[in-house]
Amino acid sequence: MSTDTATKTTQPSVGEYLKKNIREYGLLVALVVIMIFFQVITNGVLFRPVNITNLVLQNSFIVIMALGMLLIIVAGHIDLSVGSIVAFIGAISAIMLVKWGVPAIIVVPACILVGALMGAAQGYWVAYQKIPSFIVTLAGMLVFRGMTYVVLGGRPVGPFPKDFQILSTGFVPDFLSITDPATSLIKNYFALVVVILLVGYAIYAGLRERSQNALHETENEPFAFFAGQMVIISAVAVFLGFQLSTYRGLPNVLVIMGLLIVLYTFVTTRTTIGRRIYAMGGNEKAAKLSGINTERLTFYTFVNMGALAALAGMIIAARLNSATPKAGVGFELDVIAACFIGGASASGGVGKITGAVIGAFIMGVMNNGMSIMGIGIDYQQLIKGLVLLAAVFFDVYNKNKG
Amino acid sequence: MSKTLLEMRGITKTFPGVKALDNVNLKVREGEIHALVGENGAGKSTLMKVLSGVYPAGSYEGEIHFDGEVRRFSTISDSEHLGIIIIHQELALVPLLSIAENIFLGNEVATNGIIDWKLAFRRTQELLNKVGLREPPGTLITDIGVGKQQLVEIAKALSKKVRLLILDEPTASLNEKDSDALLKLLVEFRAQGMTSIIISHKLNEIKKVADQITILRDGGTVETLDCHHEDISEDRIIKGMVGREMEDRYPAREPKIGETLLEVKNWNVFHQHHRDRQFLHNISFNVRAGEVVGIAGLMGAGRTETAMSIFGKSWGHKITGEVAMRGKPVDVSTIPKAIDAGLAYVTEDRKHLGLVLIDNIMHNTTLANLKGVSKAAVIDNHQETKVASGYRSRLRIRSHSIYQEAVNLSGGNQQKVVLSKWLFTDPQVLILDEPTRGIDVGAKFEIYTIINQLAAEGKGILMISSEMPELLGTCDRIYVMNEGRIVAELSKAEASQESIMRAIMRSGEKH
Repeated sequence: MSTDTATKTTQPSVGEYLKKNIREYGLLVALVVIMIFFQVITNGVLFRPVNITNLVLQNSFIVIMALGMLLIIVAGHIDLSVGSIVAFIGAISAIMLVKWGVPAIIVVPACILVGALMGAAQGYWVAYQKIPSFIVTLAGMLVFRGMTYVVLGGRPVGPFPKDFQILSTGFVPDFLSITDPATSLIKNYFALVVVILLVGYAIYAGLRERSQNALHETENEPFAFFAGQMVIISAVAVFLGFQLSTYRGLPNVLVIMGLLIVLYTFVTTRTTIGRRIYAMGGNEKAAKLSGINTERLTFYTFVNMGALAALAGMIIAARLNSATPKAGVGFELDVIAACFIGGASASGGVGKITGAVIGAFIMGVMNNGMSIMGIGIDYQQLIKGLVLLAAVFFDVYNKNKG
Repeated sequence: MSKTLLEMRGITKTFPGVKALDNVNLKVREGEIHALVGENGAGKSTLMKVLSGVYPAGSYEGEIHFDGEVRRFSTISDSEHLGIIIIHQELALVPLLSIAENIFLGNEVATNGIIDWKLAFRRTQELLNKVGLREPPGTLITDIGVGKQQLVEIAKALSKKVRLLILDEPTASLNEKDSDALLKLLVEFRAQGMTSIIISHKLNEIKKVADQITILRDGGTVETLDCHHEDISEDRIIKGMVGREMEDRYPAREPKIGETLLEVKNWNVFHQHHRDRQFLHNISFNVRAGEVVGIAGLMGAGRTETAMSIFGKSWGHKITGEVAMRGKPVDVSTIPKAIDAGLAYVTEDRKHLGLVLIDNIMHNTTLANLKGVSKAAVIDNHQETKVASGYRSRLRIRSHSIYQEAVNLSGGNQQKVVLSKWLFTDPQVLILDEPTRGIDVGAKFEIYTIINQLAAEGKGILMISSEMPELLGTCDRIYVMNEGRIVAELSKAEASQESIMRAIMRSGEKH
């Protein structure tokens, strides 16, 4: 190898880039294929406005928890307790709102704080006492579930006041009443306009970043991939936005979820704390010797997970309009599965927010599609299990081949 | 003269880029204790791995004759079957199993998979009697000391029908008393007709027991000395071990030495795991600006531990002593504080402690100083690209781009990435722990050149190395460590391989 190659930063070729990122593109393609498959097989029910709204409501809490779980998994850990945190937060929010009459505006931040403390209680044992996270959170799963039964006395509590319910069942009102909703096809112009503006901005920002990167010789993905992705994502987004606008507009949860996805994508890809989590998951000892406080970092990933699980817990409680001791049973498995389908590595250091989100939606669309088809819960589980295995096998196969 | 039990003829073993063994010959007579000596990296362990079948026949050139026949071992069990048993430096015992379970591990006294514990215990007792270990066979390994564990290893070897017992540094981790007991045992076995090969750095011990001594150097056989024909002095052995000519392998440098940068005084550290054992005793040393200071010593002398305990207390506990930078005391109790104080530690184990292998060159380069490429915790991608590209061209890191994963780089280039990482923290003193381990000659020269440049810039370099020529070729001053102590400080004029070895050996005998 000549010395030229030592000094010149070359841009990757299309082939190289595809090989390196096949997982991500594959995932996006898989989601689109699965969507089209169920759209066809359910005779168009999947993409009906009502169903899209349902899809969002049913999956929002999985996506929100997957954001935190991805960080935990990238850090090299696992959290089995999130389903129980969901139940406990639902329970105490119900007690506060229904029995004590505390206003929602206080209950929401209070519950998130409690969730963070539950995460902290587990993070302490994992980070500072070096107990494997699997064991700590298995204990947490049992303890928090038990606490839920104690708090609720074994009975559901509800219904919730209206101002709390809008957290999950509310919609962003139409600020642009252009036509009379009663007669027009489009009932919520605001939703459509917002989606189109966002898509426009995303394309503009993407192009601007590419030109900046080119200027500074930073790595750019090949234009064909950038364009391809943009076309697919824009088309899907505009289509969904249109469908939603013909129903009741943007669900509040969709907005919360969207903001969180943007925030966590930014944190993982652009901030020092994100970089440190990846480094720690990739090689904890090397990260520590590079001056990273790995204990504190681990601790905070669990605090973060607890807070997100609390938010998810309230969304679920508000949606079901009651807090039950059995809420959230098995959710931890869906959340973890979403991360692994999304390409996270069980040994840490690898995984992306976008992957986890797409993973969650693959699971969600399959759940929803199979339910519409009338496939029983037994077969649904069986098929989901096989999809998880296939996705991870795809990873392993690629790695061994590459 | 008794007959030859083992003869290794013309053994040559190459690894990608390195000739580890070059036409090595070894002849061991039946019923003798044969010592194998040489510096770290001379090829002793590789030779024993060839003999035991760790490196299967076909992966090396040359012939092994054992018991009068040519043997081709393809696995360890092949050689064990003939009675060639190796006891490695790192003991291979399972700590939470009993002595009896360990002795018969993989070789259980069982019929149809059901273990006959009564018989196993009785046999264990017999074996323990042979090696003179008075512990019940049911005792857990973790409950007995290293010396006794060594005896268990030997008992385990005896449980197989052993013809040739090979001990790799058997007394390295033993105290005087345990070492003596072990050597006495070897002499006893010799009286019973057993043959053994002992690999050791402790020349005084070798002198006590060996019948013949074979000296290896740089992967080749230097000579075999017969202890019964002539009186072999330690100096004679040392000369054989280090007697190579200094070649022009080190770039020249005119040292411009300035003020004292790092000063460590009365540094005492207890062992990380054996918490009541003091490991480092009253270590004091200094490094000046523009100076390259070496630390010489054998494996286990405490060099890495000294460096790591200073660097943010990342090794050991109950650490006491003073560290000063430019005459002012500094707090190095955590790694971030040590980095802020101007220290950098380039590890000897770059794969496990130095790099995030699955991450790319750029991310590894900036890992220890993310602040340098970020504002308010947000990383500036362009700045980061610039920094990484800068170090890539400055240190001539050969790769497609800064986005190449560290795992796909050669050893030398990986080492340069680790160096980049620490240079980007802008340290005043760099501690380099075995900076050229496992990298080829060309890359070594480049690393030495970088070291010289850094010294010329006025940085202080503390270099730990097991390769004495490397220390002699690059350092302005050399500290010699042995058994957790600094036993000598040699100026460039005083330092030679002989003087370093002598300092180590003499200090070893004092205890």
